[in-house]
Amino acid sequence: MFEYRVNSNPLIATWRRVAAIVVKEIRQLARDRMTFGMIVMIPLVQLLLFGYAINTDVRHIPAGLVDLSQSSYSRELIAMTEASQTVDFVRVYASAQEAEQAIIRGDVKAVLYLPADLGQRLSVHPAFNRDSGHSNSQTLQPVGQWLVDGGDTVIAASIRSLRQLPLDTLAGRTLKDNVPTFEVVQFFNPEQRSVVNIVPGLLAIILTMTMIMFTSAAIVREREQGNMEFLIATPVKPMELMIGKIVPYVLVGLIQVGIILGIGHLLFSVPVRGGLLTLLVAALLFIFASLTLGLVISTIAKTQLQAMQMTVFILMPSILLSGFMFPYEAMPQLAQVISEALPATHFMRMVRGIVLRDALLWDLQRDALWLAAFTLGGLAFAALRFKKRLD
Amino acid sequence: MSDLAINVRQMTRCFGKNIAVDHLDLQIPRGTIYGFLGPNGCGKSTSIRMLTGLLTPTSGEVEVLGQRLPQYAEALRLRIGYMTQKFSLYDNLSIRENLSFVAQIYGLNSRQSRERVNELLALYALDKRQTQLAGSLSGGQKQRLALAAATLHHPNLLFLDEPTSAVDPENRREFWERLFDLCNAGTTILVSTHYMDEAERCHALAILENGIKRADGSPAELMATLGAHVLEVEGDDLRTLKSQLTQCPQVLSTAQLGTRLRVLVRDQTEQPQQWLQAQVNGRRIEAVRPSLEDVFVACTGQHSVSSATARAGSDSEQGERHV
Ligand SMILES: Nc1ncnc2c1ncn2[C@@H]1O[C@H](COP(=O)(O)OP(=O)(O)OP(=O)(O)O)[C@@H](O)[C@H]1O
Ligand SMILES: [Mg+2]
Repeated sequence: MFEYRVNSNPLIATWRRVAAIVVKEIRQLARDRMTFGMIVMIPLVQLLLFGYAINTDVRHIPAGLVDLSQSSYSRELIAMTEASQTVDFVRVYASAQEAEQAIIRGDVKAVLYLPADLGQRLSVHPAFNRDSGHSNSQTLQPVGQWLVDGGDTVIAASIRSLRQLPLDTLAGRTLKDNVPTFEVVQFFNPEQRSVVNIVPGLLAIILTMTMIMFTSAAIVREREQGNMEFLIATPVKPMELMIGKIVPYVLVGLIQVGIILGIGHLLFSVPVRGGLLTLLVAALLFIFASLTLGLVISTIAKTQLQAMQMTVFILMPSILLSGFMFPYEAMPQLAQVISEALPATHFMRMVRGIVLRDALLWDLQRDALWLAAFTLGGLAFAALRFKKRLD
Repeated sequence: MSDLAINVRQMTRCFGKNIAVDHLDLQIPRGTIYGFLGPNGCGKSTSIRMLTGLLTPTSGEVEVLGQRLPQYAEALRLRIGYMTQKFSLYDNLSIRENLSFVAQIYGLNSRQSRERVNELLALYALDKRQTQLAGSLSGGQKQRLALAAATLHHPNLLFLDEPTSAVDPENRREFWERLFDLCNAGTTILVSTHYMDEAERCHALAILENGIKRADGSPAELMATLGAHVLEVEGDDLRTLKSQLTQCPQVLSTAQLGTRLRVLVRDQTEQPQQWLQAQVNGRRIEAVRPSLEDVFVACTGQHSVSSATARAGSDSEQGERHV
């Protein structure tokens, strides 16, 4: 009886099966307009949101003013404060009580209170009068007072930075008389724009989100839509299936990297100091690691909904603990342990290093090796967990 | 090499406390079409999944094409084809894309794949819609596509799980022509069904109920060894007569067919025709040839769902008789 004698070479057969799955996945993806759109829209929208709306450099906080002194000093002090651009004085109140009410109502976030005896206070204040001889800070009265809505910690922190407003200009001295205690030498990001730090970080977050999401549904979907029973009755091997499911999304990941860095560069002038090749290698390592993580989820989850929930379960710590939101060094030890277990953390270090500090792969080898090991381990785990059985 | 395509001893599968397949014995010769006939939930799909190596039997020995399962499941993949009960190809791929995918999975190179796919498209009359998405096909078209995919790699053994459940009688006949072609080329086919007319086409079949094999053999053998006499009563007020006869211990089952009542009288009854004549107040009685449906009813003690409306004897074939 006739029988196909096709794959004398098992490597060729394996190659054909992987190719078959890759082509099939790409065709299905191309038919799925929504998913296809999301590949472009997710990085685009997130980048614009984080770049424009979510600005951690706080400026122009609406503030109120109580000026009981009504002196030339007070007017000059107010002008100096506004010149810092941190606050805009939008309301004027007659008394401290009235100002307090305004803060409680939420009309303004902060109020500057300048007492009637402002001139008197200034004259004894060492920041104004270097010769005042007043050295006992216990009894020293401040020049004025800030009333702040502490509910928003970011605003409160910005106002706190206004505490040490230098008074030299007010006293008629030039600023260079002011001798700083420390000298700060700023490496990288000289303008201190947070967007420079956010864009590379966003690369890690967006890739975590989309890559895990794509593959976490990959195996479950076949199961849910009833394709699995046919597929496992064919000669396809678990590892071939896993690799075939990953490869198309590597391409998708690279497209997203291009979008994020391209727009980051064009709109927000985020420099890419390091080599593009180094960046490509780092991105590929992370894309593979995230896709593998998704595959592992996919072999554990029973339904697509479960897969989605597990994706979110990974995504939240990736956003909070990877160093995207808070510096790794400032985290409690337990958080650092969790953080080290997330692929996003390792990529975050690599990408910030490459984009902002021109680091070479050699400098980042520990994170690179970690990501590679994670991918191989994850693939093996997923392939072992995947059984060509229904029971 | 054994001339049995499938040799199964005491195959059992439990799901928790439920026994889906209960100590099943099967000997299926090569080159035949073998049927699994039974109602919903009787264990047809579960049996087929064990025979394809997708489910592990709780106990029993399974040998398929001379290879032991589940140990040699992977080695058998190239030699068996499986058409699942539920359509399991990709809805968002076209007919051609689906078949090309399957061809590549079975290791055909691109030229072989193109030739084989073209051949199948022509054979199953799908070439005019080869770019249509599988999800938008009709039941009969889907079924032809699924059969094409299951036979693409020329398997020695083909499993078909209720292949014609969504197919009209005309297409069903056409479908069976293809099965006989395949069988003629040497393929052994195991097909599950709950249609009587399909079961009658098989070389041999097993009647399953609650995971237990109630009877097996060729349709003719089964009808010949039926443990009951088949009699038909003609007359009026058959509903009353039916409920009256159902009470009698001699009667295995009754089923109304239009103006006639088909009665299965147990073999142990002496002079069954005379006995029945005494029960029916002068209505006319006639002995008829047993049908496979009678065998089924006698074996399982079950009434078929549609026997009251479907055709009478085994003389015509157009009825869609369900179990
Ligand atoms: N995965 C499973 N878990 C638990 N019980 C199952 C499972 N699969 C099947 N069963 C049970 O085993 C029995 C046999 O099921 P099976 O699917 O083999 O029936 P079938 O003969 O194919 O029925 P149908 O004609 O409806 O397809 C049923 O009672 C079913 O509920
Ligand atoms: Mg079934």
